[in-house]
Amino acid sequence: MTALDASSDAPPSDAGRSVPSVVRLDGVRRRFGSVEALAGLDLDVPHGGITVLLGPNGAGKTTAIRVITGALDPDAGRVSVFGLDPSEEGEAVRRRCGVVSAKPALYDRLSGFDNLAYSAELHGFDRGARMDERIREAAARFGIEAALAQQVGGYSTGMKTRLALARSILHEPELLLFDEPTSGLDPESSHAVLELIHAMPAEGVTVVMCTHLLLEAEGLSDQVVVLEDGATLLAGTPEGLTRRFWPAAVVRLAAEVPATLEAVRDLPGVRAYAPGNPATVELDDAARIPDVVLGLAARGVRLTRVEPHTPSLEDLYFAVRAGRTGPAGEAGAAA
Amino acid sequence: MNWHRVGVVARTDLKQLIQARDFWLPMVVLGAIFFLAIPTILLLAVTQVTDANIVEQLSSTLDVLPARARAGIPATTPVGRSSYALAVFLLAPVAVVVPLTICTAVGAATLVGERERGTGEFLAHSPAGVREIYLGKLIASLIPGYATTLVGFGVYSLVVNLLVGPHVGGWFFPTRQWWVLMLWVVPPFLAFTLSLVLRLSARVKSTAAAQQASGLVTLPLILVAYSQSTGALFGAERLGVAIGAVAWVVAALALSRGMRAVSRARLLGVADGI
Repeated sequence: MTALDASSDAPPSDAGRSVPSVVRLDGVRRRFGSVEALAGLDLDVPHGGITVLLGPNGAGKTTAIRVITGALDPDAGRVSVFGLDPSEEGEAVRRRCGVVSAKPALYDRLSGFDNLAYSAELHGFDRGARMDERIREAAARFGIEAALAQQVGGYSTGMKTRLALARSILHEPELLLFDEPTSGLDPESSHAVLELIHAMPAEGVTVVMCTHLLLEAEGLSDQVVVLEDGATLLAGTPEGLTRRFWPAAVVRLAAEVPATLEAVRDLPGVRAYAPGNPATVELDDAARIPDVVLGLAARGVRLTRVEPHTPSLEDLYFAVRAGRTGPAGEAGAAA
Repeated sequence: MNWHRVGVVARTDLKQLIQARDFWLPMVVLGAIFFLAIPTILLLAVTQVTDANIVEQLSSTLDVLPARARAGIPATTPVGRSSYALAVFLLAPVAVVVPLTICTAVGAATLVGERERGTGEFLAHSPAGVREIYLGKLIASLIPGYATTLVGFGVYSLVVNLLVGPHVGGWFFPTRQWWVLMLWVVPPFLAFTLSLVLRLSARVKSTAAAQQASGLVTLPLILVAYSQSTGALFGAERLGVAIGAVAWVVAALALSRGMRAVSRARLLGVADGI
């Protein structure tokens, strides 16, 4: 298995240059007994934006986060976070990171306020008005301010996640690491949490989020990294990866008489046609779609549906996992 | 070492203990039994005995005490001598059993508890160093037992002076040996015991296992601590100081080794063997 070069699809800066990496992992290995959690993981997280680590359970996502903060030392390979080695300068790295783990990791017997105060003080805040104000600001941002006085043991799962999120941003970190942050949440709470995460890069924060839920990553990620068996299977921007796997534009067409759709084969720009109702048509450019509609109408085809199809992350994920050979010829290497 | 963070870890752990009534209520009951109920009953029994033969028999039991200890008893009456000896020499285990039991109960759960609750993940990703976490948890485990003992010691002193004082010419407790015992000898024994208990807590898989193992470790330590404490009381003041000094050295070595038992991998529960 060979990992694709993540930098090829790395998000460019405004000036068109590559954005410097906040996190860089080169060939990182970590073994727990007989289990190899990370098997030569390569990862490049550019500054700003949201990088989503996608993979099934056991792919190495959580271990990757633990290695990034220096909570675990790698057995082999090189880790660089803000240009520092977390194994050597762990405190300096962790001061600049905020982490939300899969379980909220809160102290049930303490109040919400005390949980936040504990984290704030470990990050160097002195007790006093400034710390209290910062706590209330962070809690308010995640809509948990009113519950700060309550013991966390009485919180719902959604409230606990919000409190954990508030805790992660208290010290204004430059790098946020979220490990399945919506785990156990109802759809409404999940949506709210993802909205809040989505807003974070606007403040110059870099976000790394682990998930095995493709829908979560859809629309949220600036970079997708697909992990499998502790190694990078594929990395890049969603658009770039989609283009790489599906360079042609796809449109789905339905007609009153499906057989009449065969006429599309004769139209300019049509690369492939898969019959059905809807039929799937591959074009050399999405800009051809209006011409295709006019062309079919001119041939007497009565269209009932025209649906430009953008492959989802789910399509991409399963294409990669299934070892599909992309038109660019790179997926074979990836898979 | 960032001592501010050590204090934060200790304070937060203590705050959680205070919130847990199911923890501190038995602790208060234990202290009340050992420092108030048992001494009161025993000392009342001795001081209120009217049968001359029994009093004489009680007084003769003092022969088992070392000559130096016997010579130090100020009272002249059999009741006064018996009650003085009971209060000063024979209730020494009270000062050892209570803090060791409480500290062991708290310490055993402290590190493995973080792992079980999942909060070890929070600590592992925090800027706090493992030594700071270890020391914070050590202090948080030490304070409840030692504080209970100091408060209990005050109550015990009151009971002893009220019940035995009239028979020996006034308030006399704590004696100098007891001050040495409480402030110099008991703390290093607690620290040494906790260094072992925290090492266990860092290594085992569950709180239940930590408490089982800690019980086995602390039982012989209670016996050793008891014998040394008794020796400190029976002997000259300097003996107590010497026992305490040796105990401090041993405790310092044990604490230094104990720090190595805590690692971020162990807080996360992914170290080999967990």
